[in-house]
Amino acid sequence: MVTADTPAPPSTAAGEIAMATVTALRRTVPLPAVPGHLEYRYEEQCRTATVMEEDALNQPTAAVRVHVVLQFVCSPSHHPLLHQDVDVYIGQRRTALLRIGSPMRVGRTLEQLLAHMEPRMKQVLQVMSFSYTDITAALSDRVRLSPGNKGSIADSMRAFKSSPGYEITFSLLNPDPKSHRLHWDIEGAVQTYIQPLLTKLAPVANFSIDSQTLYYAVLGVNPRFDSSRSAYTLNADSLAHVINPVEARLGSNAASSNPVLNFLLYVPDAHHSPLYINDRKKQEVPSNAFHSPRWGGIMVYNVNGFYGPDAVFPVDININMAKVMGVFLAQLRLLLGVQSSTPPPGFQVATCGSVGLADWELDRLMWSRSVENVATATTTITSLAQLLDQIGNIVINDNIAQQVSSAVTSLQLAVAELEAGNLGFALQYSKEAILASERAFFDPSLLHLLYFPDDQKFAIYIPLFLPMCVPILLSLLKIVSEARQKRREKQAKKD
Amino acid sequence: MAAYRYSYSAVLFILCGLSVFIVTNSQETTLTGDNRAAAVDSPQTVAETAEQTAEQPAVEERQWEATEVEEASPDEAAADKQDTSTPETLVPPSVPRPKDDFQEELVIRPLHSGDIYASFQFRTLWETDFMRGNKVSHYRLFPKSLGQVISKFSVRELHISFTQGYWRTMQWGQPFLPAPPGAELWVWFQDSVTDVDGTWKELTNVLSGIFCASLNFIDSTNTVQPSASFKPLGIGNVTDHRFLRYATLPREIVCTENLTPWKKLLPCGTKAGLAVLLKSEKLFHSSFHSQAVHIRPVCEDWQCKTTSWELRQTLSVVFDLHTSGQGKREWSLFKMFSRTLTEACPLASSSKVYIDITDNPEGEQFELIPATPMLSQAVVLGDRRTFSVYDLTQQITFGAVRSLNLLIRWKSTEGDMLRPLLHGERYVAGYGLQTGEIHTLMYNNHPYRSFPVLLLDSVPWYLRLYIHTLTVTSKAKDNKPSYIHYQPSKDRVRPHLLEMLVQLPPNSVTEVTVQFERALLKWTEYTPDPNHGFYVGSSVLSSLVPSIVAMDTNSTQERPLFSSFFPCKEESSYFVRVYTEPLLVNLPTPDFSMPYNVICLTCTVVAVGYGSLYNLLTRSFQIEEPSLGLAKRIANIIRKMRGVPPL
Repeated sequence: MVTADTPAPPSTAAGEIAMATVTALRRTVPLPAVPGHLEYRYEEQCRTATVMEEDALNQPTAAVRVHVVLQFVCSPSHHPLLHQDVDVYIGQRRTALLRIGSPMRVGRTLEQLLAHMEPRMKQVLQVMSFSYTDITAALSDRVRLSPGNKGSIADSMRAFKSSPGYEITFSLLNPDPKSHRLHWDIEGAVQTYIQPLLTKLAPVANFSIDSQTLYYAVLGVNPRFDSSRSAYTLNADSLAHVINPVEARLGSNAASSNPVLNFLLYVPDAHHSPLYINDRKKQEVPSNAFHSPRWGGIMVYNVNGFYGPDAVFPVDININMAKVMGVFLAQLRLLLGVQSSTPPPGFQVATCGSVGLADWELDRLMWSRSVENVATATTTITSLAQLLDQIGNIVINDNIAQQVSSAVTSLQLAVAELEAGNLGFALQYSKEAILASERAFFDPSLLHLLYFPDDQKFAIYIPLFLPMCVPILLSLLKIVSEARQKRREKQAKKD
Repeated sequence: MAAYRYSYSAVLFILCGLSVFIVTNSQETTLTGDNRAAAVDSPQTVAETAEQTAEQPAVEERQWEATEVEEASPDEAAADKQDTSTPETLVPPSVPRPKDDFQEELVIRPLHSGDIYASFQFRTLWETDFMRGNKVSHYRLFPKSLGQVISKFSVRELHISFTQGYWRTMQWGQPFLPAPPGAELWVWFQDSVTDVDGTWKELTNVLSGIFCASLNFIDSTNTVQPSASFKPLGIGNVTDHRFLRYATLPREIVCTENLTPWKKLLPCGTKAGLAVLLKSEKLFHSSFHSQAVHIRPVCEDWQCKTTSWELRQTLSVVFDLHTSGQGKREWSLFKMFSRTLTEACPLASSSKVYIDITDNPEGEQFELIPATPMLSQAVVLGDRRTFSVYDLTQQITFGAVRSLNLLIRWKSTEGDMLRPLLHGERYVAGYGLQTGEIHTLMYNNHPYRSFPVLLLDSVPWYLRLYIHTLTVTSKAKDNKPSYIHYQPSKDRVRPHLLEMLVQLPPNSVTEVTVQFERALLKWTEYTPDPNHGFYVGSSVLSSLVPSIVAMDTNSTQERPLFSSFFPCKEESSYFVRVYTEPLLVNLPTPDFSMPYNVICLTCTVVAVGYGSLYNLLTRSFQIEEPSLGLAKRIANIIRKMRGVPPL
């Protein structure tokens, strides 16, 4: 049986896997909202193995590459990646497999075929690439593009703002050390679950991880006892008050000014367990966790099942880090702004593997971070310019001028690289632009309080101006009265 | 500059002596290396590495969102099942022993003046290495904020203290932990630090944030590098004082906002253990309050194979209960702290209360309720003391009422204290606002032994010391210091630093005087209340003082004869640091309203001149009849009085 579908071989790059390419046709269509350009690639070849397909899917390439699987003949089930009801398969790398029906029904020529594929292709791009909504989200702090849309605001507010680095802090809250002696292998769990993701995210930002254990840390709300479930419950409405007393003890990182992502694991004390979180519909949240935008997440971990009623306190308890880290990883993805919007029907997205982040997701993140950085740096420079306009006699040192000009240069470079599709360089330059612009803006010599406003200068000289005004005013009065008298005399003469 | 010859042998002697910090406290030495647990990796991680965690969190619209975790792939569920079968159970005794350890302790000493001295010590030991390459750190008992400070700034040793009030050595004896009034900070950096001054500046700013104190006012004008006085108290052999920075802020006022962050560093907070007694409204209603944080590397075992970091949080307070207690000499924990003890901190490996009953061997001075059979002897500051010990980890301590409220009822008021062997005083002499003289008095109260004392003086630059007027006299004779280290000040850059090694003759007062000139500051350099005066930090006297135990040669105690011929060596001297009073010096202070007065005056003068000029220019002049002469005018007045028409 001969299948004439196209498991796309690695493209024009050197060192490719040798595959028997019968015909190859390439059409390059540049699209504005896509990094780099979109390559349509049509290849026809005879194929026996699906291993190469896997190879192809794992091949890292610069631009989003869509592989179109054309099925000419017979049973569609022979393709292992495309199930019967799946039209589009999005891989971990920047690849996607697309199925179209029999070409006989769609058209004979390649152009017709491509035209038929266009809408699907756009959908694929919508999912995998940087789109208008991403720009909106990235710039949401500065531009309110659609004030009515609450959901998108919530989405965009959730992720942390772009920053050169993040501090990730895992805190184990043990409000009852007399009953529970908790052990968590945070070191191993971070190595296993968090570190692969952060290694992948290394081009976006620097991450530092630490963890702490806080004892006698209690939540700010007393959970209510639900007799039907014989458990304590926290309602979604009260979650906002939960954190305040805990946060006072979390502490910020004394040694850096990067934003802190807090992940709290709360083990309820023996008298208040089990503790469950209810959502707005009074339904129990299966993960028993919630997160707060731009702050972090909390997971409630009930341990009352691990010891009997006659247990001798304190009980030693080992925490299942796989369960905990699964939740924290999901929250971390959300907080970092890795948007996982639900794909359109018929799409299947590959699982992210141990890394937890697909290549195209990283691309999108780098895109939006670069755009956000560029916007931030531009705003900073603009407001600096406004400040300089306001205070005419401000002194600008050479180093500030240097910073500003380097910021502008980096900005231009970042935009240029962004246009060319070199995300890594664009992000790098945009970070440099932010650093330089902020260093200029927050330079202590540019504090506007250092400069006397003009009205105060005049106020100091009131003792001079006031007595000097007196004779002038008096003589003005005199002139007025004399003029009036003259007029009266004139009228009297006329009369 | 005074040119004295260095006497190297004496310097070496004191250096060696100081590097061994002997607060000979037998309690400390019993801390054994029971914490060195081997790093046992938790067994569960290996199986989980291949596991996938694919979550697709569906998100709601509101701010607080429930995280929904769907477990997507089937193999993950399988892995989960595998996990649940093993780890979530009661842990068998194979739990790796924690590498950190926490101890708490309270010492109460009734003072002869009728005051009560209470000293808390909380000690966290952690076997870790902050200077490792990777910065991932996982904290359990050690506070994260301080750990980050240590690793970021490559700190080897950090000592910070905040004190309100002055420790009256002559009435109260030696404190367990001396501290000068105000804030004191001294830090040893690792020798890998290249820019020590920059790191120091950053460190002070960060610490000022952590402790809510104005440590950010520490800059080069009040920082010195003592060459001999402050040696590292932990292990490590670097004594190059380039890596040492020392600064005091004598003006710093200590209050609740400094206590709260200090309490936050404790693992149990104020929820359990001895720390429940730390209520700020009581602690600050006292004659003396001092809180400190000491971080240093220490040996884990006596062979020093493993090292660990020690964080020691101390808080000392002196209550004046005699005056506030309506004349009754009686105190209890509840009276002092308005709390009683009910439990030990569950995280502490030891939690004890010590009451000093040395002066009360037969109970004739005071009565201690409840009585305890546990007694402990320790050599503290060269003196053998006896303590009643209450172990809070034993349930029996709390008795039937489940709370411990220690009560001391005094029976007699007399009783005298052994005078402290070393004692210092300081004052400013002279009159006028141009010159003055600093007098430092050092008392050696030992009847027959002389001992050397290291004196450290750090004087701000606006008191210009005339170092040629430096005199050291004891018993009306010139006493040549064997070591002098003097670093002159630079205006607005660095302070004077004077370090001297002086031998104090027995039973004498040694007086160090130096004259100074008061500088004129720029008008922006004055504090908001310049007429209050300017503080000069305490001088520091560091010394190895002969022990009182060794002084005991009349052998009143029954001892075998063969043991008493030579004074026992290991207790023969102990380290003491004594701080003198800070000085308050008036500087010539200008009248700060003067510039405005000058502006007002000159402006008025100018305005008046302007007015008359303006008048001259704008008035229209008319010719008047020439005025009458003086004689005619007088004649006219007389004529008017007579009723005759004028001329």
